[in-house]
Amino acid sequence: MTERITKDMARNIYFGGGLFAILVFTGLTFDTVHRIPKLSHASKITKSVVAGKKIWEDNDCVGCHTLLGEGAYYAPELGNAFQRLGGGDKKAFRAYMQGWMAAQPLDIPNRRKMPQFHLTTKQVNNLADFLIWMSKVNDQEWPPNIQG
Amino acid sequence: MKYSSQMVAKPYFIFALILLAGEILFGLTMSIQYIYGDFLFPAIPFNALRMVHVNLLIVLLLFGFMGSTYYLIPEEAERELWSPLLAKITFWVFVVAGVLTILGYLLVPYAELTRITMNDLWPTMGREFLEQPTITKIGIVIVVLSYLLNVTMTVIKGRKTTISIILLTGLFGLAFFFLFAFYFSDNMIMDKFFWWFVVHLWVEATWELILGALLAFVLIKLTGVDREHIDKWLYLIIAMTLIAGLAGTGHHFFYMGAPGYWLWIGSIASAAEPIPFFLMILFAYSMIKNRRIQDDNKIALTWAKGTAVVGFLGAGVWGFMHTLAPVDYYTHGTQLTAAHGHLSFFGAYVMIVFTMISYAMPILRGRPHGNCEKAQKVELVAFWLMVIGMIGLTIALTVAGVMQIDMQRIPDSAHALPFMVVQSKLTAVYIVRSLFGVMTFVGLLVYFYSFFVKEDKVAA
Repeated sequence: MTERITKDMARNIYFGGGLFAILVFTGLTFDTVHRIPKLSHASKITKSVVAGKKIWEDNDCVGCHTLLGEGAYYAPELGNAFQRLGGGDKKAFRAYMQGWMAAQPLDIPNRRKMPQFHLTTKQVNNLADFLIWMSKVNDQEWPPNIQG
Repeated sequence: MKYSSQMVAKPYFIFALILLAGEILFGLTMSIQYIYGDFLFPAIPFNALRMVHVNLLIVLLLFGFMGSTYYLIPEEAERELWSPLLAKITFWVFVVAGVLTILGYLLVPYAELTRITMNDLWPTMGREFLEQPTITKIGIVIVVLSYLLNVTMTVIKGRKTTISIILLTGLFGLAFFFLFAFYFSDNMIMDKFFWWFVVHLWVEATWELILGALLAFVLIKLTGVDREHIDKWLYLIIAMTLIAGLAGTGHHFFYMGAPGYWLWIGSIASAAEPIPFFLMILFAYSMIKNRRIQDDNKIALTWAKGTAVVGFLGAGVWGFMHTLAPVDYYTHGTQLTAAHGHLSFFGAYVMIVFTMISYAMPILRGRPHGNCEKAQKVELVAFWLMVIGMIGLTIALTVAGVMQIDMQRIPDSAHALPFMVVQSKLTAVYIVRSLFGVMTFVGLLVYFYSFFVKEDKVAA
């Protein structure tokens, strides 16, 4: 098979194909960046959501959990936590989060442990608001069911 | 060794291997937490172990690539390295920055580390694989730039070969895409989108160029096959890498808030991603079949073949399993993803570093014909222990993934089991995973031992 392909032909496939791939990918990147604000409801990113995202990052939440399927696989998916744990009700979810974060680490022998992060009431509310915003992102109907 | 400056590769190789031992040990510790949640808690929570585990992997591969480049480039360019001193300085800068960062992960809570390193000035932390403090990221950029300068100057002033040009292209790509680690947005979806520009475009594009160049170099040296012939293969492999790998980034954009057209583009392009890995197998075996010399360093050739085969299994086969959007809908973010991650990183990248070390280290230690037969036999045992260990733990994780998908993802909301319930049912599989992990670590210890094996004295 390779006898019919010369080195020059192979090089042209590389440069031509590579350039084509870069152009296609760059074009799609611009289009995606243009569309993400609408798909993610960027207009609903409040100050509290921004603060919640910061708390998510500062505590390396993604080191155990997944968020829209990305992260570590040690603890549950949180992209749909609002529906699963708060039943889609903001007040209920915030209350759940306050209780849950305060109760860590759970005193159940040999269960995987979540550390105590010593967040303030306001910070937990920010985190809840961030997860509520995340839960509304248009992610092509993922996950398949409520368990994430 | 043809050029004395190739010697700078040695500390890079040694340090990469030390980091690999650390990486596996932290992996084993995590695997125990998967079974006994209280193990080492609260002293080192899971996320800290994981940061160390994956960051050590990334850094050891960078050390491995750098060492490999410093060994390869003088021979390809047919001249001494532009500045051996710079290579030595960057080695120590990288070591100090790396060790301090790892200590930071282990000694203080992560939130404290973000405060100490003033993350708020330019937030880049708290993202998977990019957990390093911003100051460390800046350090990485400085180290990589001085490394690029050194290699580029050597190539410019010397002979230019296809291998060195492709290696340089890969290294410039690596440096360029790392810059996206400094991107920050209040919109998590934008963050996620550009995060893949570092993660995917490193491991599924630019690093594959580096892999191809290193593999081609070792094959030329060990088989004596004509360079024209090898160059042709190399161009075809990396052409397929870029054509499939760039648009293939789309297989990460299915379910994270990107437009729906990625479901099609990502599926189709990434379905072709196994092709360059398959070509690498054909390439390696065809070169070996047509070899003109019999090199005494047989074990290096074993590693080269192993890289092609296990790289194809991990990246190609295990990647293809869940690369199509309708499949990934159920497998996304399960233990199947972890299975693919383990075998692809090991097969493609850890093994190419082993290949380079196995080829170059004996020469750097004054053994131009490779290690003695006895040492090579010990190394062969290490090879199989590590390869079987990694394939074994990958299969265990695959079984865990399939069981997880079956119980948690496929049933409807009324019948699906919660994550934690499913995980508690997987304990037996996680024990098997840990045992294969131990096997891998034993393999690494045997590998270390092979460095000290000497030929039996012939009795007079």
